[in-house]
Amino acid sequence: MHSKTIAQLAQGLRDKTFSSEELTQTYLDRIEKLDPQLNSFITVAREHALAQAKEADKRIASGDATALTGIPVAQKDIFCTNGIKTTCGSKMLDNFIAPYDATVIDKYNNAGAVMVGKTNMDEFAMGSSNETSYFGAVKNPWDTNKVPGGSSGGSASAVAARLVPGATGTDTGGSIRQPAALCGITGLKPTYGRVSRYGMIAFASSLDQAGTFTQTAEDSAIMLGTMSGFDLRDSTSVDREVQDYTATLNDDIRGLKIGVPKEFFDEGLDSEVAKVIEAAIDEYKKLGAEVVEISLPNSGLSVPAYYVVAPAECSSNLSRFDGVRFGHRCDDPKDLEDLYKRSRGEGFGAEVKRRIMVGTYALSAGYYDAYYLKAQKVRRLISNDFREAFEHVDVIMGPTSPNVAFNVGEKSDDPISMYLSDIYTIAVNLAGLPGMSIPAGMAHNMPVGLQIIGNYFDEARILNVAHQFQINTDWHQQAPGGFE
Amino acid sequence: MSLEKADVEKIAHLARLAIDEKDVPGYAKNLSSILDLVEQMSSVNTDDVTPMAHPLDATQRLRADEVTETDQRDHFQEIAPNVEDGLYLVPKVIE
Repeated sequence: MHSKTIAQLAQGLRDKTFSSEELTQTYLDRIEKLDPQLNSFITVAREHALAQAKEADKRIASGDATALTGIPVAQKDIFCTNGIKTTCGSKMLDNFIAPYDATVIDKYNNAGAVMVGKTNMDEFAMGSSNETSYFGAVKNPWDTNKVPGGSSGGSASAVAARLVPGATGTDTGGSIRQPAALCGITGLKPTYGRVSRYGMIAFASSLDQAGTFTQTAEDSAIMLGTMSGFDLRDSTSVDREVQDYTATLNDDIRGLKIGVPKEFFDEGLDSEVAKVIEAAIDEYKKLGAEVVEISLPNSGLSVPAYYVVAPAECSSNLSRFDGVRFGHRCDDPKDLEDLYKRSRGEGFGAEVKRRIMVGTYALSAGYYDAYYLKAQKVRRLISNDFREAFEHVDVIMGPTSPNVAFNVGEKSDDPISMYLSDIYTIAVNLAGLPGMSIPAGMAHNMPVGLQIIGNYFDEARILNVAHQFQINTDWHQQAPGGFE
Repeated sequence: MSLEKADVEKIAHLARLAIDEKDVPGYAKNLSSILDLVEQMSSVNTDDVTPMAHPLDATQRLRADEVTETDQRDHFQEIAPNVEDGLYLVPKVIE
């Protein structure tokens, strides 16, 4: 049962082959048995899930089911859940029980989905390996000596190990696409503004966007349709109709114009990964697509620009954690400043502190123009490169990450080398475009992800393009040994 | 760009972060290397470029000035570390 996709499980529920309660129990048992090897969950919400499953079974019986009614999903522990702990992977929020649900959680609840738990993540979504979590590193099910990627590493690892058929994530600089690539599953980051950020703990507000982890593009389309939509409670939410993303999955892609940026095949790319990506693009040629080389001349500056914009916004967003209203508070503060400093010093881990300090420096008097304003201008140039490219092509393709999953501990003392694992994903966040990563093959015995980038609000197209690859290949059906 | 120990201490103070004395050299090294990476931006001329704050260049939405939220003070204060009579308690600020 656990190897099935969301679409197949929904069919089983409709046909009464199994109940949501049985289905939920199956996944909860798998989590209990297998997750100790992976550490992909921070909280398993067993009773909550079984209660939701019972409700879902009633709803299915009454003929009022949606495509996600009764389907077990996991939520990244960045989404506030009323009554269930939300930690954001931090000691700061180790004791935090949100007094409300995030809009994303509301939407899954309204659809009748079953939340089995909250997944592990890099602290405040800052990291590319899931090693910065206060709750311990997550392991990659393909090789438990390796990282799953980050920051949504728990969601990626759980879906890859078939502990849950779908999970949510958030992507600020690659935090859905990079772990999806490293764990051999399908990850989708929608256009900035497509999914509400309300109740999603903020890291860098002009970049953060929620999305999905699934086995297939079809399942991503189902989940995206459920979680998208305009929200008055998010000031950057975009008022635009939500399409039925499943309706166009089977559209013919003959004549599709694929742009391949030459900058994504530079000396930083592992040669075995490059071969897999080239083979995947050749597969698209066989399906009738036309491939053209394009250039994104400023994309090389995306990592430098990102490491000003994201830390600056994080230093501002994380100033709310002051030990006064919620979250960690130090013992016996001698005055207010001591309360702030020690609560924050004790509550945040090293990477979060680094980024807060970089952001504080970049925004401090005398440095604003040289850093933040400059980065916003470079951001415009990077974005313009994509606008120019989309005048000539329908989608852009390349590698998601320059390497396959690396060893736990390998890069944890070297922030720069860690940052460069997002070199092909960050530009997409700066521009605000939708992007996916789909399993495209193996290199060094580990999965490789193909990145598919679409134009603004063109999620239906990239899902269609991904689906066409998946009905002609079987990389997405491969499960890691021991978790089949 | 090389940050000294005193720079790190100043930034940590601005950010209201207590940092262990022994960790300061490590932060100085890491922050300096991040600023070196960021320095690559100076290779491109951006004189006439409009800064980009929002990917779709959206501006802040406004709404009518009407009360839409109900008072949930007690509920929100359930998770506070220290409250009394509806107030958040902090160390004495004014002597």
